[in-house]
Order: sequence, then structure tokens, then C-alpha cells
Amino acid sequence: MPPEAVTEHWGSEGARRQAAYLGMWVFIATEVLLFAGLFTAYGVYRSVYPEVFRAAQLTMDVGLGTLNTFLLVTSSILVALAVHAVRGDRPGLGGALLLAAALLGVVFLAVKGVEYAHHVKEGGLPGDAYRFTEVPRVGASLFFTLYFLLTGFHALHVTVGVGVLTVLGVRSAAGTFGAGYATPVELGGMYWHLVDVVWLFVYPILYLA
Amino acid sequence: MSPPAAESYLTDGRTVWSWLTTHDHKRIGLMFLGLTLFFFLLGGLFALALRIELLTPGRTIMGHLAYNRMFTLHGVTMVWLFMIPAIPSAFGNFLVPLMIGARDVAFPRLNLASVYLYVLGASVTLWGMLEGGADTGWTFYTPYSTTTGTAVLPVLLGVFIIGFSTILTGLNFIATVHTLRAPGLTWMKLPLFVWAIYGTSIIQVLATPVLGMVLLLVALERVVGAGIFDPARGGDPLLFQHLFWFYSHPAVYIMVLPSMGVISEAVCAFSRKNAFSYRMIVYSTLGIAFVGFFTWGHHMFASGQSTFGSGAFGAMSMLVAIFTAIKIFSWLGTLYRGSIALESPLLYTLGFMFFLFFGGMIGVAYATTSLNLHWHDTYSVVAHFHFIMVGATVMAFLAALHYWFPKMSGRCFPAKLANGAAVLIIFGFITTFVPQFLLGNLGMPRRYADYPPHFQSLHVASTAGASLLAFGFLIIAGYLAWSLKSGAVAGDNPWGSEGFEWKSASPPPTHNFSTPPKYPTGPHEYAREEVPHAA
Repeated sequence: MPPEAVTEHWGSEGARRQAAYLGMWVFIATEVLLFAGLFTAYGVYRSVYPEVFRAAQLTMDVGLGTLNTFLLVTSSILVALAVHAVRGDRPGLGGALLLAAALLGVVFLAVKGVEYAHHVKEGGLPGDAYRFTEVPRVGASLFFTLYFLLTGFHALHVTVGVGVLTVLGVRSAAGTFGAGYATPVELGGMYWHLVDVVWLFVYPILYLA
Repeated sequence: MSPPAAESYLTDGRTVWSWLTTHDHKRIGLMFLGLTLFFFLLGGLFALALRIELLTPGRTIMGHLAYNRMFTLHGVTMVWLFMIPAIPSAFGNFLVPLMIGARDVAFPRLNLASVYLYVLGASVTLWGMLEGGADTGWTFYTPYSTTTGTAVLPVLLGVFIIGFSTILTGLNFIATVHTLRAPGLTWMKLPLFVWAIYGTSIIQVLATPVLGMVLLLVALERVVGAGIFDPARGGDPLLFQHLFWFYSHPAVYIMVLPSMGVISEAVCAFSRKNAFSYRMIVYSTLGIAFVGFFTWGHHMFASGQSTFGSGAFGAMSMLVAIFTAIKIFSWLGTLYRGSIALESPLLYTLGFMFFLFFGGMIGVAYATTSLNLHWHDTYSVVAHFHFIMVGATVMAFLAALHYWFPKMSGRCFPAKLANGAAVLIIFGFITTFVPQFLLGNLGMPRRYADYPPHFQSLHVASTAGASLLAFGFLIIAGYLAWSLKSGAVAGDNPWGSEGFEWKSASPPPTHNFSTPPKYPTGPHEYAREEVPHAA
């Protein structure tokens, strides 16, 4: 067998952690660019149809949107506390916090589902399916297309995030992580914060007229 | 003669399963090389069919719809299945860890996943081709792409999936270069190829997601009539062009930056000199990667963009020429008074420099709005980007293939035959594409299956050139395949190169190095007194 000096992948545990962090940051950058395409389209059509977009925004349920913002920010805080707990070698507490954050994510998705059901009933649907009589069609159908794309993509990320947090929470509660090995929890946390931050931009442009 | 019995990466596990589950960057690089070569062959056959159709005015072998599908297949295959993954995913995977003295890339499993994503995306695209293929051109311009009845959806979906493969590869290289450099290998000692791949990776991770989103929007437009790009529903097709070129112009640099990296390595190796200005090549690489993000509007001079916008995008585009010129002067300075070894990689390198210079200078002319309007959507645009994509990227790909063939296989190829094929390829290339400049300047539009009879002599010349090219590629395929089994055993460093990748055995062992590599002075050490950054 060749000596370990040439078979060892990572020079040090520090290099390994640095690679994991860097990989996650690069991944977050690609996610930001992915959403940037949609935000650009929103900006373009909002400047083309300012009145229609405002009228469409006024039909949004601000209460539910604000509730969802509250849920996501709270869950982000829980995840931050979980990372702190795992670093402080209390994986049981960390696991509980992660699972609580995942639960808030599920509630977020349920609220989103209620909103979607409402839009379907009203006819506020994307593209050709648009039937909403309260706001004129041209422009408003674009608003609803972008609404469903932005919130739909975001909800997809929430769904993935709930899965990630659940797995991390169960493993943390089982004692897999601790002060010596917190990287997966830290990376999962970074991803959840990204999901939170994207929502903090989605929420005002869609709900706050 | 059999290759050395010691465990090389090729002999460490001989089953198909050991290849399909490998985490070895060298095997993954080799798989990408095989896959991209297959699609290069396929795209080349499509190109030949196009050239045969254009041999005579009127119908030669296919009708107009078939022609439209054929140039779309040619573009999609060459751009997304060959050009973008060819050098970064194949040679980058094989060489970057070797060049920085690492055991592997940072995330080997992710690396394997990028192969499978590529295969999945390519299969979906192929399925779309079998369904009849799209007829939109590789650019998928709306509103045509949202209304045509051809198989646009699977092709879009395939390209979308391949995009994720590209992103994962780029992410992997960034993390690898940051965290896995051997002790003592600082940034300003990195081989120039590694710098080129690093710059490319930044473009890959930042631009590709935008392409993914825009392709998805076109798909939604076709499926649910989303209306984002449809004026009848309040949308704007120009937004598609902006978002598409925001990716696809930087994508040109995904194709050309790695080739510049190959050339930087080959020029040093075959003139036995250190790079004339290492730092200038590095900075211009990063400069191109950066400026490339702000030039996309030069594809839209005739699309109703504001005059100011066109002027600004034109000026930004010309900046690329300055960075490119810095590189060309650095390469020429490296060749000057070097100890030239006129091997096939250097022949391709010289071809590359001429074509990049010629095609690039014409690019500067195209960046001028007034001249651009005369050439817009003519055959001379086709000639221009083929000068860069074939003249530069394919030449560099061939240079890389010949330069690193002994590294990858442990075998040499017949040098004289290779030199002959290189000359044939370079002449075939000139004969194919110079007439296309003239045709476009006379008014031959691009993407037309038909033309007036007085254009025929130039079209015949172009088709003759394409046949020369095809013949040249056949010769290369022949002697490389022969050399794999029967070529002379290369030894560790047949070129006498000072590149880091040659410091391990050829072919390398699974663990890359049998002793931990040491990096004493600079990126190359051809002459001690000339090492640019010795302390």
C-alpha cells in the first residue's frame, strides 16, 4: 500500500471544513442567481404595468403572508440556536430545535396551500388559466404567473429544507453531531437561512402594495 | 509491450462496474472525454449534412424543415454536449488535481453525479432528437420556440439537466483549487491551466442558473401558456433574449477560457520557456471572466435595444479583445527565442493563435454597431463564431488531446502522422470558414437552406474544406485508437515538460503521486534564472 501521505484526501480537518463551507457558499450563489432571473422578470413587468401590479397586490392576503414571514423568521432563529447548541456539545437540544424549525416549515407550507386554494377558487392563476375578474387580465395574468413561480420555487426549497432539517434533527437527537462534528448542521442551517432570506424579498414585492 | 504492471488508475479495477462507481477524478475525466468525443462526432455528422445540402442551390439532400432541424441539432450538440463540457469536464477533471498535487477533487461523489447528470441530460436531448428534433436553432428564441410544433420540450429539458452537471463541475473546481493545493503551492504559482479552469468555474456557477430558469420559463410557456415572453399575453420576447444571452455570452468564455489555459501550458512546454508574463495571463483570464458578464447586449443590436445600450455593450465587448490581446502577446513573447519543439500540440497552438487573433479582430468590428447592422444574421457571423469555437476551442481541444494523450494512456502516438493531420485540419478549417466570411459579406443570410446560384462557388469551397476537416479527424481517430493499444510506451514525461502534472507517473497511479509532490519555485521551471516569482 502507498504511504498515507499520498492516499489521504484532505491535508487536514480544517481544509475539509473549509471546502464544505466554500462549496455551500458557491451553491448559495447559484441559488441566488436562479431566483434572480425571476426577480428580474418581476421588475421588468412591474415597470411595464405599475397600476395593474398594484391592483393585483391589493388582492393578496397580507395577513397570511405576514404570518408566513413570522413562521420562517422564527424557524431561522431556531436553526441558529440549534447550531449554537450543537457547537456547545448539546446535540439533544440541537435536535429538538431543528425538528421544531422543520415543523414551522411544514406549517408555512400548509398556510401557502390555503392561499393557493384561495387563488384557484378566485381564478388568480398563471397564464391562460387566468379567470380572476377583479383585476384586468393583461398584466395581472403576468403578476399571477410570477407569483406562482416565485412562491412555487420558494415552496420547493422549503420542502427540501424541511427534509434536510428533519434528517439533521433526528441524527442530532441520536447524538451523531457534537462540538467535534457540527459541519452538517452548520451547512443545513446555511441552506435554511437562504430559504428564509429569499422569502424576505418575495414577501414585500408580492404582498406589500 | 504491455503497460507497466504497477497499479495505474487504468488497471486499478477493470470491471465496468468499477468505472461506473468510480470516484477517481482521472476516470471521471476520461469518461467525460469519451462522451464528449461521441457528441463531437455526432455534431460533426450534422455539420457535414448541412454542408452537403448547401453544395447546390435549391434542394440537394433535404427540405427546409429538415435543414432547420439539422442546424439546431448541430448547434445544440456542439455547444451543450461537446464544447461546454469538453475541456473543463474532461481535461479539467483529469488534470486539475494532478496539477495542484491533490489526491482528488474536493467532492468526488458530486463529481461522479455530474457525469450521471450529463448522461441523463444528453439522453433526454437525444430522445428529443429522435422525436424529430427542434427547429429553433440552439438559441431557442421566443416567440418561435414557444409556438413551433417540433420537439422543443425534450431538448430544452435535456439542456436544463446538463446545466446542473456544469454547475456541479464548476463548484467542485472552485472548492478544489481553494482547499486542496499542495503545501507551498500559492495562488501565484498555480499552473495557468488551473487558473483558466478556475475562471471558467466562476462563470459556470454564476451564469448557468439563469439559463436554467429561462429554459424553464420557455417550457412553461409551451405547457401552460404562462405568457412571460408572449406579447399577446402582455409579455415581452426581448426579455428572453436578455436572460438567454446573460448566460450564453459568458458561456462563450466557458468554451474559450479553458482553451486559453491549454495553450498557455502547451506554449511553455514546447518552447521550453516560462510564460513571458505569468501574472498578465492570470489577470487577463480573470478580466475576461468578469467583463464577459457585461457584453450580452451585443447579440441584440438589431433587436430594438437603445442606441446607448448598444454602444455601451459594444464598448464592453471591445474590452474582451484587450484582455485577449494581452494573452496573445504573452504567448508570442514566450515563443520568442524559445527552444521550439514543433510537435503536433504546438502546431495546433499556432493554429489556435492565428484563428483567435483573426476571429477576435473581426469580433471587434462586429462590436461596432454601424458595421454590425451590415453583418447581422449573415453567414459571416457564422464564420466569426466558428473561428472562435472551432478555430480556437477545437484547436485547443486537439492540442490538449495530443499533449496529454501520453499522460492519460501511457502511450505515444505516431508523431509525423499527427503533424500531417494537424496541417490538414488547419488548412481544412481555413478552407471551410474563410468563404463563409465572404458569403456573409455579400449578403448570404445564416440558417438558410437555399441561395442564389452566384453564391455556389464559395459554398462548394466551404464544403470542400469541411470534407478536408472530416478526413483529418478520421486520421486522428485512427492513429489515436491504434496508439491506445500499440503505441510506444511513453515513459513518465515524453515531452520533457516541466508542468506539475508530469511529475507523477504516466499513466498516474490511483493516488496520483507515489511521493508527496513538492512545489519549490514557480508555475514552470524551464530556466531557473527566469522563474518570475522566485523569492
